[in-house]
Amino acid sequence: MTPEDIHEKLKTELGEEAVFDFHPVSTKDRDAWLQVAPFEIERVCEYLKTTKGLSFDYLECITGVDYPDLKKIVVVYHLYSLTQKHRIVLKVFLDREDPTMPSIVNVWSAANWQERECFDLLGVLFEGHPDLRRLLLPDDWEGHPLRKDYEEKEEYHGIPTVRPNPIDLFKIQIPAKEAKAS
Amino acid sequence: MATEQSLLNLMAPPKGWGSPQYKDDGGSVIQTNVDTVLNALLNWGRSNSIWYMLFGLACCAIELMHTGGPRADLDRFGAVPRPSPRSSDLFIIAGTLTYKMALRVKRLYDQMSEPRYVISMGSCSNCGGLFQYAYSVCKGVDQIIPVDVYVPGCPPRPEALLEGLLKVQEKIKSEKFLQMRYGASANG
Amino acid sequence: MLMAYASVAAFFLVAIGFIVGSMVAGKLLRPANLYAEKLETYECGEAPVGPAWFNFNPRFYIIALIYIIFDVEIAFIYPVAAVFKRWVDQGNGLFALVEILIFVAILMLGLVYVWAKGDLEWIRSIKGDPRGIQNTHSRTRPATPIVAEPAAAREPLAQGAE
Repeated sequence: MTPEDIHEKLKTELGEEAVFDFHPVSTKDRDAWLQVAPFEIERVCEYLKTTKGLSFDYLECITGVDYPDLKKIVVVYHLYSLTQKHRIVLKVFLDREDPTMPSIVNVWSAANWQERECFDLLGVLFEGHPDLRRLLLPDDWEGHPLRKDYEEKEEYHGIPTVRPNPIDLFKIQIPAKEAKAS
Repeated sequence: MATEQSLLNLMAPPKGWGSPQYKDDGGSVIQTNVDTVLNALLNWGRSNSIWYMLFGLACCAIELMHTGGPRADLDRFGAVPRPSPRSSDLFIIAGTLTYKMALRVKRLYDQMSEPRYVISMGSCSNCGGLFQYAYSVCKGVDQIIPVDVYVPGCPPRPEALLEGLLKVQEKIKSEKFLQMRYGASANG
Repeated sequence: MLMAYASVAAFFLVAIGFIVGSMVAGKLLRPANLYAEKLETYECGEAPVGPAWFNFNPRFYIIALIYIIFDVEIAFIYPVAAVFKRWVDQGNGLFALVEILIFVAILMLGLVYVWAKGDLEWIRSIKGDPRGIQNTHSRTRPATPIVAEPAAAREPLAQGAE
């Protein structure tokens, strides 16, 4: 099925409030994507997985993007169907100050760690996630690094986060040319 | 309890075997020919049986494995790989060190027995390397533990790591082992 | 004859001396710098969680017990095998053979008992309990699911006891 057909099917079944803003493949968007309302995501994913013609059984990736100018954090879902061999991208636009949305762990269990990574790096809170804690960074890390306004701390448990440039440390003082000439 | 202890200890850098507490304070062991010969004998034994701890973290680990392989053989120098810090005297840190791992490296270094040496293999453990601007990468393993030999490269060729091992051997052979050992006990 | 004991004693002394000598040399030569972090239990770099002692599986005890019995049996058979030729030459071959076969037969009885009781399986099954020795090679008969209460197995035993 083409992405347009998928969008039509979703629109007729789930309504305009849930899925909207379809973007076909263009020079700017390499994948066709459509927006999903945050609290409808579980219904949409359930529908995408269980419907015969759609059967999106493979959750490829969940990532997040931070747009401070739009004041939004976007959570991107890449779905693929191994039987039907078609692909769709869902995007959920969340408020940057309070990025909360339901978890889709009950639909695909691959979402478990993917959402943990999204939480770890961007701070998106997934409601209903059984074990939402940091995945890649240490458990006591402060901040969410993939946000555009992330400030690196001075040190972590006493380990300094900057290393002095050795060129600065070992600068050789070259005598001035005038002194040499005279 | 244990984690808080480890947090506190990161503030104080661990003392390597070459640190001042072990240095020869002069006069604790009488310098005679016997002493020099004993030192030479002990150092010869120690340098030709350096057991290293397998600590491959990233790509340098592959080169470490190759160095242990048949072509550039670490075993012919008497260096055999050990899985645990308790039974090793050399700590080869091969690969990128993240802050998450840095705490564990500190703990493992603490659990090694003296005399212990550290080789920092590759750019990432020398100075952070390719990932120096990353938020999660520790900029060099010498911010946590004292390093004896730095082996540059990304990754260093097995021959380069062998040269690093040879440098450690030179270092061991130049040590006044008995003075360092009994100098420490005299200091208390 | 006493010389034989002397050589054993020399061997013994050298062995003890080797061990004691190397331990004493180690104690004298190695630096001893103990501090709290070094004495922590090794747990692959993580802070140790919980005690290092745990309950070991009693199945290992069963296996060790069975092994000891049959190993000792083999140890007793070796001398018989060593002198058997001499007995055959003396004409008492049959007597020796029958004697050793009786010995083996008594222990075989023990082996059959252990086998029938199910102690040779890693997961010991009660006689008649279908969960124990599963036929995992059969494509037609499925493996019996493991349930908490072996209610089906209890009845045959009770009948057998009666």
